[in-house]
Amino acid sequence: MVRLNINGRDHNVDVDGNTPLLWAIRDNVGLTGTKYGCGIAQCGACTVHVDGVAMRSCSLPVSAAVGKKIVTIEGLAVNGVLHKVQKAWIDHEVPQCGYCQAGMIMAVVELLKDKPKPTDADIDNTITNICRCGTFQEVRAAIHAAAKA
Amino acid sequence: MNFVPKMNRRSFVIGTAAAGGGLAIGFDLPFGSGTAQASGLTGTEVGIWVALKPDDTIVVRVARSEMGQGTITGLCQLVVEELEGDWSKVTYEYPTPGEHVKRKRAWQSYSTGGSRGIRESHQYVREGGAAARLMLLQAAANEWKVPVDQLKAENSVITGPGGKRTTYGKVAEAASKLPVPAKPALKDPKNWKIVGKPVKRLDTADKVTGKQVYGFDLKLPGMLTATIKESPVFGGKVKSFDAAKVAGMKGVKKVLKVGDTAVAVVADTYWQAKTALDALPVVWDEGPNAKVSSASIADTLKAGLDAPQAFVGAQAGDAKAAIAGAAKKIEAVYSYPYQNHVCMEPMNATARYTADKCEVWVPTQDGEASFAAVIAASGLPAEKCEVYKINLGGGFGRRGAFQDYVHQAVRIAKEMPGTPVKLLWSREEDMAQGRFHPTMQCKLVGSFDKDNNLTGLHMRLSGQSILAAVRPAIVEAQKGRDPLVFQGVADASVLGEHSLGYTFPNVLIDHAMRNPHVPPGFWRGVNINQNCIFMECFIDELAHAAGQDALAFRRKLMEKHPRNLAVLNAVAEKIGWGKPAPQGRFYGLSQMKAFNAYVAAAAEISVTGGNKLKVHRIVAATDPTYAVNPAQIDRQVSGSFVYGLSAMAWQECSVKDGRIAELNFDTYNSMRIAQMPKVESIVMPSGGSGPWGGIGEPTICVAAPAVMNAFFRATGRRIRTFPLKNHGIELV
Repeated sequence: MVRLNINGRDHNVDVDGNTPLLWAIRDNVGLTGTKYGCGIAQCGACTVHVDGVAMRSCSLPVSAAVGKKIVTIEGLAVNGVLHKVQKAWIDHEVPQCGYCQAGMIMAVVELLKDKPKPTDADIDNTITNICRCGTFQEVRAAIHAAAKA
Repeated sequence: MNFVPKMNRRSFVIGTAAAGGGLAIGFDLPFGSGTAQASGLTGTEVGIWVALKPDDTIVVRVARSEMGQGTITGLCQLVVEELEGDWSKVTYEYPTPGEHVKRKRAWQSYSTGGSRGIRESHQYVREGGAAARLMLLQAAANEWKVPVDQLKAENSVITGPGGKRTTYGKVAEAASKLPVPAKPALKDPKNWKIVGKPVKRLDTADKVTGKQVYGFDLKLPGMLTATIKESPVFGGKVKSFDAAKVAGMKGVKKVLKVGDTAVAVVADTYWQAKTALDALPVVWDEGPNAKVSSASIADTLKAGLDAPQAFVGAQAGDAKAAIAGAAKKIEAVYSYPYQNHVCMEPMNATARYTADKCEVWVPTQDGEASFAAVIAASGLPAEKCEVYKINLGGGFGRRGAFQDYVHQAVRIAKEMPGTPVKLLWSREEDMAQGRFHPTMQCKLVGSFDKDNNLTGLHMRLSGQSILAAVRPAIVEAQKGRDPLVFQGVADASVLGEHSLGYTFPNVLIDHAMRNPHVPPGFWRGVNINQNCIFMECFIDELAHAAGQDALAFRRKLMEKHPRNLAVLNAVAEKIGWGKPAPQGRFYGLSQMKAFNAYVAAAAEISVTGGNKLKVHRIVAATDPTYAVNPAQIDRQVSGSFVYGLSAMAWQECSVKDGRIAELNFDTYNSMRIAQMPKVESIVMPSGGSGPWGGIGEPTICVAAPAVMNAFFRATGRRIRTFPLKNHGIELV
């Protein structure tokens, strides 16, 4: 049994400590916005924030997340008000199938925290999530728009 | 249209021929006399495509599947345009395949592949919207006792003489009881108000909050989760497995064989199931293919390049004679590897089985194919089966014709009656058990006379047929030929929607069929991916050999192909072809007709250090006859380049010991934002009464040859085998 703080709430989760955080979040806590894409920290679909740092939860054991503040896509909006990145995503109609977008958004939120006005090079160096629909042109435009918002 | 229940081979072939040069992808599906389930549909039906609610909400029924391509929004635009409905009040729902079959296929095709969603249903969904409008008007006319021609419908409001006014929602109930007009007149496209406009997608909001439920996310009361491993060697079987070794592991509920070829573990959670499956000792009977390798497959294909027997896909004059008598000959051999779709959401399906009912929840490109799979796997009659479609986390051709994961889920659920079982594939299983873009080699020979005029072209394809594996009836009907291998380079009589955009003085395009054991499938664009590289790179080779400009050389061959030429000219003009490129930048061109759309691309690239390829910009043009939502077309075009260029740069499913070697993104890379070129999309619908073109696939094929033609100009190096990583070339 481990205790996880997710989106401001504590959850007692009955898993082995080496279970990836992703599966504890999805199967035990029941928050399915965070996605499985590869299981080896390549694609970024599972990105969540752990103490404010974007992490690939498929490769992070729950034991490493105990005592830390975990934020998932479901916890990004505050009091029902979407984060500016989510708003920009809607304005620019970024998602196609949408499966990778939760991870993409979580990665971008952290980028904007570190670099409020990112250059294209900053984006290229930081956002390494895979999107098979190929929404990158809209992702880039939406990041710049969110930075201005 | 292309669907024949309990079809025999002959009726299927007739259906295929009637498809206007397209290829019907059918399957056997018995009609039920009715499903046991409630339909789940909402609102008051006015015809079958439109339902209305008292608050004037318009519910459009969508039969095709949404996998990101925007088909829901486009189809709703078409319906609501003719309905004269209020776009701000539009929502949508999927009629279940069970309800569809119960109503004798009322919603026509569910198949969402071949870029067919809009191009092959625009007529009947518009008629559905128009019929509903006429019914609503008639209902108001009846209520007001005035002739219907004195009424007007606009924006979901009906007005009549003397200031009479009502709304669609108010008259829906009465309208629903009226007969549905057959073949109502449709609007002149010049009067469209919603179609052709870049209206916002209807399905965005839940995709940015995590609320959108994909198949992977489904939760049902009492549900268990399964994961599976099928023989990694195609054609292999399970010899034995030691269930006792893992049966006691935490959460494990069942360890079972699935068919002859796979083992699965069912547990409380995915991670428990996966951990147990990884630990499960399995002995495989690897069968006859355990020694096959990429090299042995390549040798097989190579032998086909000069084989005497081949099927003809395009022919004019006598290419072999022209080549034999040539003053100059140019010859090149290209090849294209296996590809996996790698949908971001791996394959999955959830099944609940009892003796009275089998229900499946599945992200599917074809609800009817899923339904047929449920019937076959459950052994229950149609009226005891149902499929609930879920939006897809990517499809790209993997989730339509192939329903292997549905068969598996039902077989597992059958072993645990009453318990819903969600079957999730790992990424590794998804990569190992693809339905792969087939491998193909191509030998091209071009001939010139002494004045450097092109006199002939022979294009010999050698490689794998998808249809031979997936729709053998089509191949048998064509005496062994797979017409689909000629996509983009076919004579119009062979495959009209993919016809060759050049007129050569003498030409022969033929195919030596060589079918390795790797299961082939329809991968976004299908055979245009390799054919466009082969044809468009070789056209550049010919132009270079003749000392002619690549655009001018093409134009001479395209006089009889004005729509191909128009898109090519559009991209050439916009990229600045014929003007000096910026320092260190190089241009390349390509064009093709596919899925009845005319597409072209012009790429601007640079190469540093001889091997670092940067694609700065691609100008793309699309003529789909009519453009329903230009904003979504732009996104499909730029997205298709990510898919196509990822394959060009990195992707190859290689075969070692009979199985696929690349099992995840670490060895099967996919483009990131850093490599994304700026895509400038030109949407240039030419209108008229001809067939509409598809959008999701056609442009995928023009990116790679445009880039490779530019690469040749930059480096003098002509790359003819893919992916580029095998040449030490890096996409940056």
